[in-house]
Amino acid sequence: MTIQIEIDGVAVTTEEGGNLVEVAAESGVYVPTLCYLAGKPALGTCRACSVKVDGRVVPACTVTVTEGMRVEVDAPETTDMRKALVEMLFSEGNHNCPSCEKSGRCTLQAVAYELDMMVSRFPYQFPERVQDHASDKIWLERDRCIFCQRCVEFIRDRATGKKIFSISRRGTNARIEIDVELANAMPPEQVREAVDICPVGTIIEKRVGYDDPIGERFYDIESIRDRALERHAE
Amino acid sequence: MTHTAVYRSGRVFFGDEIDYRALLDRCLALTPHEVITAISDSGLRGLGGAGFPTGTKWRLCRAGAGDEKYVICNADEGEPGTFKDRVLLTRSPKQVFSGMIIAAHAVGAAQGIVYLRAEYAYLREYLEQQLAELREERLLGDGFDIRIQSGAGSYICGDESALIESCEGKRGTARLKPPFPVEYGFLGKPTAVNNVETLAAAARIMDRGADWFAAMGTPESKGTRLLSVSGDCAAPGIYEIEWGTALREVLEMVGADDARAVQISGPAGEMVSASADADRRIAFEDISCGGSFMIFNAQRDLLGVVRDFMQFFVDESCGICVPCRAGGVVLREKVDLVIDGRADQSDLDDMVQWGRIIAQTSRCGLGATSPNPILTTLQKFPEIFRNRLQQQNGALLPSFDIDTALSGYGEAMAQLVEQETR
Repeated sequence: MTIQIEIDGVAVTTEEGGNLVEVAAESGVYVPTLCYLAGKPALGTCRACSVKVDGRVVPACTVTVTEGMRVEVDAPETTDMRKALVEMLFSEGNHNCPSCEKSGRCTLQAVAYELDMMVSRFPYQFPERVQDHASDKIWLERDRCIFCQRCVEFIRDRATGKKIFSISRRGTNARIEIDVELANAMPPEQVREAVDICPVGTIIEKRVGYDDPIGERFYDIESIRDRALERHAE
Repeated sequence: MTHTAVYRSGRVFFGDEIDYRALLDRCLALTPHEVITAISDSGLRGLGGAGFPTGTKWRLCRAGAGDEKYVICNADEGEPGTFKDRVLLTRSPKQVFSGMIIAAHAVGAAQGIVYLRAEYAYLREYLEQQLAELREERLLGDGFDIRIQSGAGSYICGDESALIESCEGKRGTARLKPPFPVEYGFLGKPTAVNNVETLAAAARIMDRGADWFAAMGTPESKGTRLLSVSGDCAAPGIYEIEWGTALREVLEMVGADDARAVQISGPAGEMVSASADADRRIAFEDISCGGSFMIFNAQRDLLGVVRDFMQFFVDESCGICVPCRAGGVVLREKVDLVIDGRADQSDLDDMVQWGRIIAQTSRCGLGATSPNPILTTLQKFPEIFRNRLQQQNGALLPSFDIDTALSGYGEAMAQLVEQETR
């Protein structure tokens, strides 16, 4: 069924039941996302897509559009909120873009550029996080983990459906973990999928690095906003 | 067993012994619709703190898809300062279990779970024995039974969706809502999660009648509630008060002569002033209260209290969402700056702005309420913050210590000199 919603004061006609991130993109409005993956159940962990729906702040990735919905994406308050959440991520972990293998294809980096983040308003925590090299094919660079849970939910052992990645501990002590036995059983294409699904440089494939030169990677060439909007224009 | 003084009771809780057989025989003879109507008519609202109308919750759960439904008693009493559920479970377990049996009849559940917080593990054997007695009396076990599930010591599992995750054997993290547990709860089935006190009240309502209950309280908050009173007063303990009782009356009742502040509903609630808020009423329409009532006199260091509460949220954040996980720490650091006398006005402004962002963007109630110790205390007692502020002197913030900031450079240079002269 066709419905009408309003995004930043502009009437948008769309199909009922769509995801707000997608509906916004179709109408040319970019909503930054980190944990959200099109076509997968919303994780709602990063909150970076927070917008106002009928006056309430909600993550757009969890919203299914309904008739008459009033959405505010570009209001000063919501824009600053999203930027603050991204800044929080930079202050809680150790994100050194120039030395990171993921630079140029890192969602966090691309979103930070897109939101004009220069420096985090929050004090940098410089946590001590230990890397995990135990698996044969994957190396976990915990400094960069943003706990989006993409790998936890969507990368599973093909035979048993068991989780390969998990989070241990809680709060600021939360830690991404890898089941070494299951990880060693991952076929090469699943390892690649895990690397690609990671929005930062936490899941890194061993023995493969800098395959594309930095400066020629997809976010180096085209902004995350343009890529997101183009996907819908096609 | 622990012994906690119950100072005022008698109407809904701890009063006359209920004839459970007669009560349950009568309730089970009613249609579920009649039970739900009675609970709705009584005006009972969830006494865990959120205040959702209990009758509506049961009706939604009953209307949920499928025949498999669950009722869960939330006995994960984790809000600092509350101990009323512990006392109810100790003194009136059968009133609570009767409430569950009535709820199960109303929603159509065959199984009930008591989610017992880890710290109450010592109660488990006693509660199992109470359940066994109910089974012997054939009040349980015939179409509906109750099992006890122990928590593992996490505050977040007081959130009904995190509690359900924990019941399923998963990590305790709040689910995205909607869907709410009444549609998609335990094992994906419609589930009614009610607080211990709510279930006990439901049993009494079905015993004494909806009108009797609704005659007490205020238009938006019917009946009575239990307060867990602690802190600077002559008689800490459990008090049953009618909703609508003024703060002043409670303070007089408990012998809090020199109270300065009261933390209502625990760290997640609000700090109120014993003088400025004295005439305000404990009710959903004024001072909403989840049962925790902590009194502080003028000798107490309220900033230290705020700091401890912020640390509590840092410790208890499950870590699944960014604002609660990363934001709690930076807020606590700001309180530390104030305590250390290294903050200026801009730090207070940051706390308010950042607190608002965390409150609005967090995934669940834990994060949404975590800035409250700062925001509500700053509102009621701004002087305790302002008295410790420094004036910014020149271009540098008072929180910036230039010697510390440059010390790394000095150390590195010293090492370099040592290497080069070797």
